[in-house]
Amino acid sequence: MNWISPVTILVVGWLAVFLQTQLEVVRSAAGVPVSVVPALVVYCAFTHGLGMVAMFTAVTGLGADAMSGSRLGLGWVTPFVAGFVLNTRRHLLLREQRYAQFWLGLGCGIAMPLGHAALLHAAHGEPAVGWETAWQLMVLGLINGAACPAFFKAWDGFRRMMEYGPEPTSFQAGQREMKRGRG
Amino acid sequence: MLKRAHSIVVVVVGLLVLLLLNLPPGVASRLKLAVGGVFLPLLGLRSAAHSVVETASYEMLPRSTLVSELRRLEQENAALRVESALGAEAIAENQRLRGQLGSVPRGTWRPRLARVVGRDATTWWRTCLIDYGARDGAAVNQPVVTAQGLVGRIATVGHSHSHVALVGDASCGVAVLVSETRDHGIVAGGQSTTDVGVVEMTTFQQTPGVLAGHAVLTSGEGGIFPKGLMVGTVMDARPARSGLYTSARVRLGANLNRLEEVWVLAP
Repeated sequence: MNWISPVTILVVGWLAVFLQTQLEVVRSAAGVPVSVVPALVVYCAFTHGLGMVAMFTAVTGLGADAMSGSRLGLGWVTPFVAGFVLNTRRHLLLREQRYAQFWLGLGCGIAMPLGHAALLHAAHGEPAVGWETAWQLMVLGLINGAACPAFFKAWDGFRRMMEYGPEPTSFQAGQREMKRGRG
Repeated sequence: MLKRAHSIVVVVVGLLVLLLLNLPPGVASRLKLAVGGVFLPLLGLRSAAHSVVETASYEMLPRSTLVSELRRLEQENAALRVESALGAEAIAENQRLRGQLGSVPRGTWRPRLARVVGRDATTWWRTCLIDYGARDGAAVNQPVVTAQGLVGRIATVGHSHSHVALVGDASCGVAVLVSETRDHGIVAGGQSTTDVGVVEMTTFQQTPGVLAGHAVLTSGEGGIFPKGLMVGTVMDARPARSGLYTSARVRLGANLNRLEEVWVLAP
């Protein structure tokens, strides 16, 4: 059942990109299309290998490019770079701690869109960047900061439920143990 | 040091990104639409859910409301038929006179209804997705409007869906004129995505006559949008610092935040 977790994270990423194009009311209220992909990248980088990170960022990055005015391929770069850095440094990060997950989600929620805008600008794409971008990044950062620990909690529970656990020790095992010694 | 497996993944991703970014524009556009195809099941599900909710809401309406609505629509239909007949006569006369003057006859447009099924996935562009594609006769640069005003133009065309670049997007500048003063100007691309209902217009020269409340229409220059389409209303106008032109904020006629159905103008 080890394939369930990678498949579900890919499906959730696919749905997350689709929902970015919907939820008109949330978009109007927040002033930005709400994306939880950065939080998912953090989760994916901490719990899966780099191959899975590449696949996940391809699905979400290229999917977002296809559903927007961006050039196909640019949207893959920043999530992959973020996922790569987190994946290769995960032994140095307090990934089990909720507050660390919050700050990592917040950081990625700000850094990934900012990096994407910089790449678009470098590619002469003229993205709509202005004073309101600061507000949009702050909203995305806070949403991903809140979403990241929630994803860890939900997926860890899901994994425990779906994956094989260790063989439980029989209560008779103790009785069968051979007593050694002179006593 | 990177592990060997990590290096392989990084190199593969890097090569694929470089390949995607260096594709010829036509191939990249087709590939983009093909990648967007992975969302078609969800778009279909969304449309099905929408129609179920719509049908259920109609079922719940009382018969008396439906009958009164039917009568109102019949009357409106009759009035529109008369107006259409008068309009057709005026168009025919206009074409005849233009022909006599030797000018090029203005093209006629057939409006085609389309439903908005998605918005731009990122915050950097003003685009939306409509369920009107090549199978319905969609083509790049066809104007998209609502009864309230201009929405944008078709940017890319897929088999069943098309991307529309909305007014103010980097790929949808519009040549405009102020109806009351006949001053020409432009609504440039790359405008804010926070409030998509407002765009910035600049005139080609200092025009103190442009005031709040003046109507802004398409000027027909550029060849994409027909002349005379409603764009919006001037909110406020001020001279530029250089004094060479006037800047004005324009409230768009079409509510781009609440687009549901739009009309594509097919030639």
